[in-house]
This record gives sequence, structure tokens and C-alpha cells, in this order.
Amino acid sequence: MSKNLDFVKFDKVDKSYDGKVLVVKDLNLDIAEGEFITMLGPSGSGKTTCLMMLAGFETPTNGEIYLDKNPISNIPPHKRGIGMVFQNYALFPHMTVYENLAFPLKVRKFQKDEIDKKVDKALSMVSLSGFEHRMPGQLSGGQQQRVAVARSLVFDPQLVLMDEPLGALDKNLRESMQYEIKHIHESIGVTVVYVTHDQSEALTMSNRIAVFNDGKVQQLSSPDKLYEEPVNSFVAEFIGENNTFAGLVTNMSGKECKVKLNDGTEIVANPISVKSNGDKTTVSLRPERALINTKEKMDNNFKGKIEEVIYHGDHTRVRLDLLGNKEFILKVPNSSANMDIKMGNQINVSWNSRDARALDPK
Amino acid sequence: MSIETGKILTTDGIPLEVSLKKAERKNKIKAFLLVAPLLFFLLITYIFPIGDMLMRSVDDKMVTEMLPKTFKSMEKWDGKELPPEEVFESFYLDFQKLVEEKRDGKLSTQLNYTKNGFKSILKKLRRKAKNFEEGNYKEQIMAVHQRWADVEYWRAIQRRAPAYTSQKYLKGIDMYKNEEGNIVSVEEDRRIHRILWLRTLEIAFFVTLLCFLMAYPIAHLLATLPMKYSNLLMICVLLPFWTSLLVRTASWMILLQQQGVVNDFFVMIGLVADDNRPEMMFNKTGTYVAMTQILLPFMVLPLYSVMKTISPSLMRAGKSLGGTPFVAFWKVYFPLTIPGIGAGCLLVFILAIGYYITPALVGGASGTLISNQIAFHMKSTLDWSFASAMGLMLLAGVLAIYWIYNKLVGVDNIKLG
Repeated sequence: MSKNLDFVKFDKVDKSYDGKVLVVKDLNLDIAEGEFITMLGPSGSGKTTCLMMLAGFETPTNGEIYLDKNPISNIPPHKRGIGMVFQNYALFPHMTVYENLAFPLKVRKFQKDEIDKKVDKALSMVSLSGFEHRMPGQLSGGQQQRVAVARSLVFDPQLVLMDEPLGALDKNLRESMQYEIKHIHESIGVTVVYVTHDQSEALTMSNRIAVFNDGKVQQLSSPDKLYEEPVNSFVAEFIGENNTFAGLVTNMSGKECKVKLNDGTEIVANPISVKSNGDKTTVSLRPERALINTKEKMDNNFKGKIEEVIYHGDHTRVRLDLLGNKEFILKVPNSSANMDIKMGNQINVSWNSRDARALDPK
Repeated sequence: MSIETGKILTTDGIPLEVSLKKAERKNKIKAFLLVAPLLFFLLITYIFPIGDMLMRSVDDKMVTEMLPKTFKSMEKWDGKELPPEEVFESFYLDFQKLVEEKRDGKLSTQLNYTKNGFKSILKKLRRKAKNFEEGNYKEQIMAVHQRWADVEYWRAIQRRAPAYTSQKYLKGIDMYKNEEGNIVSVEEDRRIHRILWLRTLEIAFFVTLLCFLMAYPIAHLLATLPMKYSNLLMICVLLPFWTSLLVRTASWMILLQQQGVVNDFFVMIGLVADDNRPEMMFNKTGTYVAMTQILLPFMVLPLYSVMKTISPSLMRAGKSLGGTPFVAFWKVYFPLTIPGIGAGCLLVFILAIGYYITPALVGGASGTLISNQIAFHMKSTLDWSFASAMGLMLLAGVLAIYWIYNKLVGVDNIKLG
């Protein structure tokens, strides 16, 4: 079966609430069938608005949304057949778990025995069999969350929207729920559009991530690409940890460029969004890509002073004063070779120019 | 007997329980002192008056105390034939004492309540009794008037012997104890109280219904509008609440009278002819309109406070799961507002059932309620015991409604705010 690559299509969608500010600007986004796509961004970036437009609770100010090639702007929410998991679960507090799950099936006029079968199946999928007659108030947060997921899937929708569904859970529960949702997605192959502001959640769960900021998609790519190859400094900053150097491009030469930092030092970097000499740039380097006292040959080698050492068990975070950046972070694996890290020591730091990405200035 | 070994002792060797009680005694006293003023206030202004009302409504001591000897000697009388001489003698003695104390008028009023015709024969007896000779009072009294020889009148006196009576309550529902001691209804054309009770229930019911129908959308709007609009709307709802009840009722009188604003408007738009203006006041219509408007906030506020707590995502969830807006409302939103509906309806119904000023002013003859009748007996006929009896019947009715509500919906399901 060939997959429908634009199962959901946002076509030049704009959205404004007050006629003055666009909360979503010229959004073009294709979502393939069976994909797990995450809209990630800080609050106010427009990601939830996009989800609400897709669900039908908001209408686009301009542009059109297509679901399986059909425009849906004029279809009311209840006719779209899209499952949705809400931020605070939105379980109906006056109905039992069974009644909650049976609700979408009853309005679709399913037979009683068929409802029972589907509810059973959905509950066993989230491993909550036997909880049919509990009220939502008698369940823990994680269980309520699972009921909400089961309810959004019980009527076999092709598309499920999840609006920060794990936001109210504690860290451990959130992590286990992430895997659970991911496994459910894999086993039933439903298309999922997931909204979150938690980047680690996005990285673990998604096939692709759309990073939103300021009403626009900043980058749409797979989690590894997003982390390894951010296309602008917002994405680099937002996803994962990041060391930055501000400077001017001095020497463009194909796959490399030289960047003159504010303190006069020149470093070699990978030109991503700089075009010519004299451009302002922010060079971004992931903490784990810089090594200390390495024997490997790398094209950037500098000396820095250790300002702070924070023990994290499996690794140690080291804050350095390097090339005028006092917030330069290094992650040093906890191994016997690295026991000489002490406050105030000078150490050698090296990295490859292709890991130092020269992006747009902040 | 407690088992000594099971007791936990403090380090000083005092049993833990004793020590705990001692430690908490001070706090308990403090807490009691804090609530004591309210407790005494309630005792004086609520419990005591209600108790007094209860006593007054069943109290029938007046005649009992006026004719102590008579009732004592009547104990042996079977009530079939005329009473023996002994009864006549003690009645004469009691009566003479009352005449000396000038309290015989009260007796004649009281006995006349029980049976018509006592007034004149008592008056006659008073006149003639001055010249009575000692002994054989039976003959002498029976000679005063032929009714004194009628056993019915003696039975009527006997009926007043008990110190307590239920007759005021029976009167409240248009019933009485007839001479044979059976409880029967009064003649059909004199049954005013039943009509009033039914009308009170009817008006309270429809006012509650109207309030509910009008308050539900307003409360919903209040709960969903953005803050700056909902505050304004809230003030609009509360503004009449802050205006004096009398002023509001009077303004309805201005609006609803035959030459009033509403009628003028109807004539102006040609809805009714100028010489055929409908009567909207001094009848049920007036009572309905004014009471609904006045009681509306009592419905809006509990509904609003409940609706405020219902997350809008629940309606969205209902719709996204495939329910039409109506289904989402009916299956999800509406059941969640039931605590507010219960509280609002109970509040409005109970207030409406005892409403007084508004029906008195705009109700006219066909729009007055039982409370107006109570007030009438308090102020005009001065039959306080009857007013008390009706007041207590009203209270019992309210408690009954509360009980039924509790059985149907459950009091835990009320949310007043």
C-alpha cells in the first residue's frame, strides 16, 4: 500500500484572532499517513492554534486545510472523525470509564455488543482492562491519561491529535507514557499530530518534528537531523544544549568559513546560513561535540579555564571560560581518564569545524 | 473495662488519651467561644420563636384554665345524656369567678368559636345567675335558656377540655372536627385555604421553572464570556439584587398597570386596542412577572458558579468524539450542571413558596399566596395561633420538599457557590 504523503495538508494557512497579529503565518505543512509528527515550540508560538484548526475548533483566517485531499475548513468538528487527546484529559467526570469510551461509539450508533468489544480492545491496548466501572476521579493521573488516549482511538480514527497530553504528569510517568504512546502508534499505524513544548518528549516520540516559533515553522525534520543539523539559531537554541559564539564571517571557502569572534580569535566553522564575508553570525556547537585533552586531530584547538564542575553521576558538566564565553558547557563522560578536572585548571578543548555551525545571528 | 496493658502512656506516665484531651481542651473551648455568639443568636432569634410558634399553634389552655372545676367534674361524664348536677354546679362556680374577674367575655368568644350560640346564652346566664339560689344548679341553669338543656352545648364545652388542640392545623387545610369527633372538610364554598396552598405551590413551581429557563443561558454566557464582558453582565444580573425589593415591586407596578408602560407600548404597536388593555397586574400574571424577575439572581448565581468550573475542553471533547453540538451539550455539559440546577431550583422554590411583599402588592385577589393569609391573620384577625399553625405548615412543607429533593438528587449534589 503506497502511503499518502499529504494525508494532512496545511496550505498557506494564516490565523489571526484580533485582526492585528498573525499567530500563524503562511503555514505550509504536509503530514504523511501513519506518521507521528510533533509540533514543538515555546508557548505562544502558534502550535496549539494549528492543532485547533485541524480539530475544527478554530477556522483559518486564510488558506485551507486538507484532510485526505478534502478541504475541511467548513466541516464542523464532530464530522471530521479526528480523535483528540486534550491537555487535561477532558474525561467526562460524570461517566464511568466504560461510558467515556462508549461515547464516540454510541453517537455513531454502534450496536451494544460491538461497543463492548471495541471498548475492551481499547482498554487492553492501554492495559487498563478491568477499570470499566471506575469513575475518572478514582483514577490516578497516568490512568486518566491512558483512558483519554484509549477514548481518542476507540472509534478507529485515521488521525489523532494530542495537545500536550503528558504535561500534567510527573517525570517518571511522563517518560513511560511516552513509550506507551509511541508503541500504540507503531502497533496501529494511526497518524498522530502531537503538540508539546517539551523537546525531549518530541525527540523520543516523533518521526518528524516541526519546530514552531513566532507563528512559523522554523524547521521540519527528523529528530536526529533537528538535533545535529539545526538550520537556524532558534532551533539550535531550543533543541538541546548549545554553546554559542557571536562573530563576523571573514573567510568563506566552500565547506568552511572562518569566523572572527569579538575577542579577536578566529575559529573555523561550517557555514549554514551565512553567505559572504562580513556577515554577522552565531556559531553553535553542541556540548558533547567538544572534547578535552583529546589526541584526535581537530581543526579547532583552544585553551579554557574551568569555572565550575557539576557532578551528574554518569557524566560531569564543566563550565569553561573559553574565547570570551563564560558559559561554555562541556559534557565529560564519567571515566577514570577524566579525573583531573578541577576548578581553576586550564584544559585543552578541541572540536571539528563541521560541528560548529555558523547560523544566523541572534 | 479497658485493658491496662493496651494503653499507651506518655513519658510522664499519664495515659496518652487523657493527655491528648487535656491538650486539646483549650482549643475546644476557644472554638466554642468563637461560635457561641452565633449559637445564642440563633437560639434567641430562630429556635426559640419557632418553638413559641409551635406552642402557640396547638395551645388551647385558655378555656381549660377558665373552667378548671367544670372539666374536672366532667371527667366522669360519658357525654350521652345531660351532665349530672355536679357538673352544673362546678360550671356555675367557675363562671361566677370569671364574672367577678370580668373574664367571662373571653370565655363566650372562645366557646362561640367551638359552637355558635354560646354568646347569647352566656350573657343571659350572667344576668340571671346573680339571683341563683344555692343548690340544684342544674334546674336553675336549664331554666335560663333552652339551649342549656341541650346536650350538644355541653359536649361543645367538653371538647375544649384538652389543653392542646389540632384544630388550627385542621382549619389551615379547611377541615374541622365535627360534633361526633370526626375530621371532615368544610363546605365547598368556604375552602379558601386549600386554594391558597395549591396556588402557592403552583406559582412557586412556575416561577422556579421560568427562572430556570431564563437563568440557564445567562449563566452559561456569564461563565464563557471573556472577563471584561462577563463582569459587566454580572453587574447587570446583580444590580436588581442591590435595589430594594419594594422599589423593584413598585416599578413593576408602574410597568404593568393598565395605563402603564408595557400596555402603552402594546397599544402603540397595535397589538391591543386602546379600550381593551389587558390586565397584567393584581392577578397571577403580575405575581409571575415580578417574582420571576426578583428571584432570578438566586438561580443565576449557583448555576454560574457551577458552570464556571466546567472546563470548555469537555464540550470540545464531546464534539471531537463525534457528538453533535446538541449531543455534546445534553450528554456532557447538562449533566455536569445538575448540582447548580438543584441548588438554584431549591433556593428559588423555597423563597417563592414563602414570598410575601410582591404578591401582596401586585398579586391582587387571585395572585396572593399563603404567606399573605398568614400576615392577614397576624395583623387583622389577630388569630396568632392560626397564623403560627399555617407558618409551621409552610415550614413543614419546605422541609418535605427538601427531603424529597434529597431523595431524588442528593443534598451532596448541591453547589451554592
